Amino acid sequence: MAVDILMPALSPTMEEGTLAKWLKGEGDKVEAGDVIAEIETDKATMEVEAVDEGTLAKILIPEGTEGVKVNAVIAVLTEDGEDASAVSAPAESDVEKVTPVAEPEVLEAQAAADAPAAPALTNPDIPEGTTFTKTVLRDALRDAMAEEMRRDETVFVMGEEVAEYQGAYKVTRELLQEFGPRRVVDTPITEHGFAGLGVGAAFGGLRPIVEFMTFNFAMQAIDQIINSAAKTLYMSGGQMGCPIVFRGPNAAASRVGAQHSQDYAAWYGHVPGLKVVAPWDAGSAKALLKSAIRDPNPVVFLEHELLYGLEYDVPDLEDYTLPIGKAAVIRKGTDVTLVGYSRMVGFAMDAAEQLAAEGISAEVIDLRSIRPLDMDTIVQSAMKTNRLVTAEEGWKHMGVGGEIDAGGPEQGLDSLDAPRMRVPQNEVPLPYAGNLEDMSLPNAGDIVAAAKAVCEGM
Amino acid sequence: MAKAATPKRRSSPKLKKDEALKYYRDMVLIRRFEERAGQLYGMGKIAGFCHLYIGQEAVVTGMQACLKEGDQVITGYRDHGHMLACDMDPRGVMAELTGRAGGYSRGKGGSMHMFSREKNFFGGHGIVGAQVPIGTGLAFSNKYLGKDNVCLAYFGDGAANQGQVYEAFNMASLWELPVIYVIENNMYAMGTSVERHASETELYKRGISFEIAGEEVDGMDVYAVKKAGEKAVKHARSGRGPYILEMKTYRYRGHSMSDPAKYRKREEVDDIRSHNDPIDGLKEQIVAQNIASEEDLKAIDKEIRAIVKDAADFSLESPEPDPAELWTDVLLPVEA
Repeated sequence: MAVDILMPALSPTMEEGTLAKWLKGEGDKVEAGDVIAEIETDKATMEVEAVDEGTLAKILIPEGTEGVKVNAVIAVLTEDGEDASAVSAPAESDVEKVTPVAEPEVLEAQAAADAPAAPALTNPDIPEGTTFTKTVLRDALRDAMAEEMRRDETVFVMGEEVAEYQGAYKVTRELLQEFGPRRVVDTPITEHGFAGLGVGAAFGGLRPIVEFMTFNFAMQAIDQIINSAAKTLYMSGGQMGCPIVFRGPNAAASRVGAQHSQDYAAWYGHVPGLKVVAPWDAGSAKALLKSAIRDPNPVVFLEHELLYGLEYDVPDLEDYTLPIGKAAVIRKGTDVTLVGYSRMVGFAMDAAEQLAAEGISAEVIDLRSIRPLDMDTIVQSAMKTNRLVTAEEGWKHMGVGGEIDAGGPEQGLDSLDAPRMRVPQNEVPLPYAGNLEDMSLPNAGDIVAAAKAVCEGM
Repeated sequence: MAKAATPKRRSSPKLKKDEALKYYRDMVLIRRFEERAGQLYGMGKIAGFCHLYIGQEAVVTGMQACLKEGDQVITGYRDHGHMLACDMDPRGVMAELTGRAGGYSRGKGGSMHMFSREKNFFGGHGIVGAQVPIGTGLAFSNKYLGKDNVCLAYFGDGAANQGQVYEAFNMASLWELPVIYVIENNMYAMGTSVERHASETELYKRGISFEIAGEEVDGMDVYAVKKAGEKAVKHARSGRGPYILEMKTYRYRGHSMSDPAKYRKREEVDDIRSHNDPIDGLKEQIVAQNIASEEDLKAIDKEIRAIVKDAADFSLESPEPDPAELWTDVLLPVEA
């Protein structure tokens, strides 16, 4: 019986890839374990091995095809003795399946950027006439580090797999080649130890960038981040500054379960002596990472794995930085203010688009920084729209949204004439099952629903 | 009962006068300073946690003698002796203990959290073992910047059981970092004797699986400490990586001021005090070798008492921090 060979998923977040090369041709005998093709993802080129043995009867996706969806049929294998010519051509629907389609989030970002009625103001402070280059988030972060490493000899990056492996998520790609092993340091798997070592290096006059493969693993190191990095300046009466950046992917990835999926914004945002940044798009992420590296204080820089591969407009400005602690209004509106950070900003932009179609004009604020929290920008917007929805991937209890809400009486939010609403992750450890994971995490639909609820009777 | 550092025949080098008297003076300063700190604590002038170094004076005194300009020192919370050995001003240290504006951290750190960039003393850390990776990071910065400086990272026998110590050992050895791990084995991790808390009680062996050389040292003999320290510092400074020194020492007082020390017998303490005290031991050698007379040493004692009295007076006269200090030093300003 003929066996379909499917486009494999090579990482938890891969949805499609490029079929770079066929290493076997039609009519070739294939043993289980033979490498039959090479597939490029946004992170790496991987080899595909045959699972079954037989004859490669038909190649359905020619090499060089981009945007091949995971699980599309790419070839057909026949068992020995079976007639290869009996294999029928693929159904029309299968061909459609492999038509390159952008990821939903890319569409979402583009939709926001392309909407003429409400132009995206991703970086409202960029001068008019600036040109942009499409860059994926991971490369923008890499560029930020490379620029700062060129600028300052004391900046170095350390972490697990940052050098030879080129980064577990390829954020440090090519840094080793340019800066060498003295400044791009592979560490053992020893988060508590290398976080503390980084703190000591900062006390010793260097500017370390400590990469955590994910912030989930930084739990091993949280004592050094808080007790050593954040508090020592105060405890030393101002003598011992700790210029260090702790960075890496934060919050949910895709189907990696509870221990690998958690938003730490509220955890670190709680601590005086730390700055906490959680950017969304590549342009502001690059500018904020450069600021974080230059900052004389410890900065926790929360990235998002699900955004790493997304393309955004990055301004062609030399040495472009953004101030930490300043939020940005990235879409103007009059009826409701949607506040988010990191991946939630994309969902808020998408929600704003959907709301516009229903006659509700939403203003979107990209928080960018969790600490300091730019309450002025939030209050200014909310005073205008009189309605506020906050979205976060963290839990609601003691969360970032709660902090914004509580800013009420002192900050002037208490004059709002409608209840504020929070859109958080459900109060459960993140489940593995796809349907339960979807239910647990906030998305654009949840933001739309919350916005409609606070706008009811408008 | 724990088996405390047993009295041994002291190293009996031919002492040089200046050196011997400096060690004597430095150790007496620490002893008298700590006694006064204990007194001020009893008077309610020093609050919170206060861990005295009495009995362990030879360790920091001997190790400090091995360092040169730019070398760094870092330790845990039993840190007053280390600061005085680093030549920090007794006034500033005592005023930090009393939580006053004249303290090294302007009253915001206290006994366990004091620093002096000027004297290359990097704390004073309150979390058991946290100073070990940090000290290793200081050594990393020395190597990165091409300096031939070394870092002394002190920790106790209790901290020797923390996981991050071994994470630091691994990286220090892997990257040949110039750090000397000085384990001050005073026989008790708070109230738990080393036999009860350590599967391998010979702590200098703890680096074996990381290929870090280590040796046991009589931490009650300043010359033995210095001799071992010089070897270790030379090793690290020459680019051969870390070194472990296990100082067998003893604290006479409790773990902290609130510790009644019920876990050991009074006779154990008395035995060490009377047979193996680091200051008495040095004193005997100085007198025996006719380097100075009892009278000369008494003159030094008197001078030290005056310094300590001055520090105590300063620490009580120095005002409490200005209320505005509550809000300073949380973050450094970002340069434009």
